[in-house]
Amino acid sequence: MSGHSTYQPKTGIERWLDARLPIVRLGYDSFVDYPTPRNLNYWWTFGGILSLCLASQLITGIILVMHYNPSAQGAFASVEHIMRDVNYGWLIRYMHANGASMFFIAVYIHMLRGLYYGSYKAPREVLWLLGCVIYLLMMATAFMGYVLPWGQMSFHGAVVITNLFGALPLVGESITTWLWGGFAVDNPTLNRFFSLHYLLPFMIAGVVILHIWALHVVGQNNPTGVDPKSKADTVPFTPYATVKDGFAMSVFLILFAFFVFYMPNALGHADNYVEANPLVTPSHIVPEWYFLPFYAILRAVPDKLMGVLAMFGAIACLFALPWLDTSKVRSMRYRPTAKIYFVFFLVVCIILGFCGAKLPDDPVIPHLTTFQLMGSDLNSFVWLSRVASLYYFAFFLVVLPVLGLVEKTLPVPDSIASPALSADAKKG
Amino acid sequence: MADTAVGATTEPEHGGDPSRRDFIHIAAVAAAAGGGAALVWPFIDQMNPSADTRALASTEFDLTKVAEGQQVTIKWRGKPLFVRNRTKAEIAKAVADDSAAMKDPATDASRVKPGKDNWLIVGGNCTHLGCVPTFGGGEYGGWFCPCHGSVYDTSGRIRKGPAPTNLVVPDYAFLTDTKVKIG
Amino acid sequence: MLRKLSVIAAAVGILVAGAAGPALANGGALKAKEVHWSFEGPFGSYDQAQLQRGFKVYREVCAACHSLKLVSFRNFGDRGGPFYSEKYPNSNDNPWVKAIAKDYEVNDIDSETGDAIKRPATSADHFPSPFANEAAARASNGGALPPDMSLLAKAREEGPAHIYSVVTGYVDAPKGLTVPTGGHYNPYFPGDLSSAWHGDHKSVPAGGFIAMAPPLKADLVTFDDGTKSTVDQQGKDVAAFLMWAAEPKLEERKQTGFAVLLYLIILSGLLYASYKTVWRNESH
Repeated sequence: MSGHSTYQPKTGIERWLDARLPIVRLGYDSFVDYPTPRNLNYWWTFGGILSLCLASQLITGIILVMHYNPSAQGAFASVEHIMRDVNYGWLIRYMHANGASMFFIAVYIHMLRGLYYGSYKAPREVLWLLGCVIYLLMMATAFMGYVLPWGQMSFHGAVVITNLFGALPLVGESITTWLWGGFAVDNPTLNRFFSLHYLLPFMIAGVVILHIWALHVVGQNNPTGVDPKSKADTVPFTPYATVKDGFAMSVFLILFAFFVFYMPNALGHADNYVEANPLVTPSHIVPEWYFLPFYAILRAVPDKLMGVLAMFGAIACLFALPWLDTSKVRSMRYRPTAKIYFVFFLVVCIILGFCGAKLPDDPVIPHLTTFQLMGSDLNSFVWLSRVASLYYFAFFLVVLPVLGLVEKTLPVPDSIASPALSADAKKG
Repeated sequence: MADTAVGATTEPEHGGDPSRRDFIHIAAVAAAAGGGAALVWPFIDQMNPSADTRALASTEFDLTKVAEGQQVTIKWRGKPLFVRNRTKAEIAKAVADDSAAMKDPATDASRVKPGKDNWLIVGGNCTHLGCVPTFGGGEYGGWFCPCHGSVYDTSGRIRKGPAPTNLVVPDYAFLTDTKVKIG
Repeated sequence: MLRKLSVIAAAVGILVAGAAGPALANGGALKAKEVHWSFEGPFGSYDQAQLQRGFKVYREVCAACHSLKLVSFRNFGDRGGPFYSEKYPNSNDNPWVKAIAKDYEVNDIDSETGDAIKRPATSADHFPSPFANEAAARASNGGALPPDMSLLAKAREEGPAHIYSVVTGYVDAPKGLTVPTGGHYNPYFPGDLSSAWHGDHKSVPAGGFIAMAPPLKADLVTFDDGTKSTVDQQGKDVAAFLMWAAEPKLEERKQTGFAVLLYLIILSGLLYASYKTVWRNESH
């Protein structure tokens, strides 16, 4: 952050290195002496947890590549070779497959935390945008990684997602053919997805470094949304934040281990244990859980092109967020009305995820037939996702811009130290 | 839970019981480091031969395919293996050299199975840097390695050149008179 | 803190429930019968006697049409496998494995003549498939492809219970249902029967048509351990065997998992104590 470095090289070697490459100084200033707001709660530990997820995915992924065979003929069998014959292969593959889900659990919590506490507002716009880029790269990586085992869901998921680009006018068909490297998803598609699946995580790692750099320039936000004013507002990163992050990581790992060892296939689809067959589509094709809300938005719109645009628009809203929210108050802790809309937003996201997993025309309430509207029964998941999608967009495009201008906010404390102390007293 | 903790902070001058305070940090760091170290093992062991590779580690070979004075090169554990049916002259030559000065002294008898001294089974990689020697080259009537000029005799013993040891004799056993199990 | 953790847990729970949602959709078939498996739960392990019986059912009944191509003979002697014995830690030396392998013939190429030959299998070989290729398999089975069984227990949402329910669940087709030639009505098999149903539209029967005729009959297989060979027993045993074939590392996974979770809980406790000590005199 700002201010001069307090790193004091002790030994001669440290002084020698510091004069040539001040890497120890960088590490010291960033992760030891770095002033951290003293009031950070557990929601702030997910940055560290996400670093752990990225590291875990990179290591297990590089290992899996040592045994994986990226060809339409050999991919499925090589994954089973990993599961059956490679020493600890089952562990490494289950860690990688479930690690992707854990990564998304953590990133969604991290994003919602930023949304609630206004971490995207000035001067943290670039920090937020970099985070959105990471999220986009994560989605691309996860999608292409899911194709690699070359099971039925891999194959037909790839077919459906690449066909989305076919919705684009004029160029759509050329783009899908170009993506496939043929006239259908086949060996060339698998090979390029494999190449990109290996490349993108390193791009994620690069953007993560920028993300952390931007964080260290503007400093961490905190639950009050008030910038630290004096030394009384902060504590050094080590040991205060490191030990808290460490504890949170350990608890997160319990959840991770529970999935890996006791329900390793619960987050996947049984159909992916059937080798890809271009001639038969699984009866019910759904993406992985972390894409379900967007999938629901896609299906909510009856027109193919508009559906694709709505889906990408849902992500674009995140990018525009710093300029959509007009409120001068950062943290929703002091915005009681915004808080209510936020809780609704959270519920809507979960509803969208639920709709994404259901067949569009299935009734929400069983055995209840109402009336047809736009070709579908009102009591159907497609209508539920339409209503939910509407709220999703309204939250970003109407609620946040308008509410910031009209709402009555609670008094914001002058500094971090004062409310933190009083809140503590209340709790005790 | 907080009340049970000892009254100490990271600053020693604040008092408390420093040994107990340090213990909990040391224990936590040690436990984390131990867990990390345990996790490293699967990541390393995965590069060792997998179960299907290990299952192919032994092979059976029918010797009737090799006529006297001929040699068959088979692939065993991914590497060449020379199975040579030696002529009387080759055996005599190898036995005659038993007491000659050698880099890696060994008698010819120690390199074959008793009563089967016409069958020489040796690894087909030069012990220098792993090239595959050719038979019939060099002045000892055995193998000659084209890479760096190592010369082996008719018993596969190193006689000249940079290779440090004799061609390796693998573990093998005669299942019948005409069948060997290697590995 | 506990309250916050419970909020996280609830959020995760909702996400999981959402993801698990499609698991229940099973193409209009009946829910699989409830079975209690020895490999369920955090300490579950395979019942070796059951696996041996299940293998006998596979070998004498299923193997005529269904391949098991991802399983090698040596896997039978691996830890947790049907013929594992502590005396033979290397499954390639296991006499039962060798004996079973010898009973099968696999395709090979004669290294001298280059001719395609058959030779007795070794422990390193995979199970030979009953048909040379997919077309041959379809031709012999009225156009239907008998699926490979190596992963079948993981490739169905309800797992081994689904297999058990299908092989034991054949019933006579209800009146008003036109069963196509080569089809067999099974209420546990996913399908859509509305076009074959001539009764009330609101009460289309559950299930679908399966090309496989009821494969099991009482006493079709004689169990070496004297277990009574009922259809129910055969179905349960073969389903358990197929679960093992699909997930041979299950025991190792669950045992490792227990140690890992224990370790993580202790580590979390230590880190929490360390955290409390560090923050002892800091308000936050």
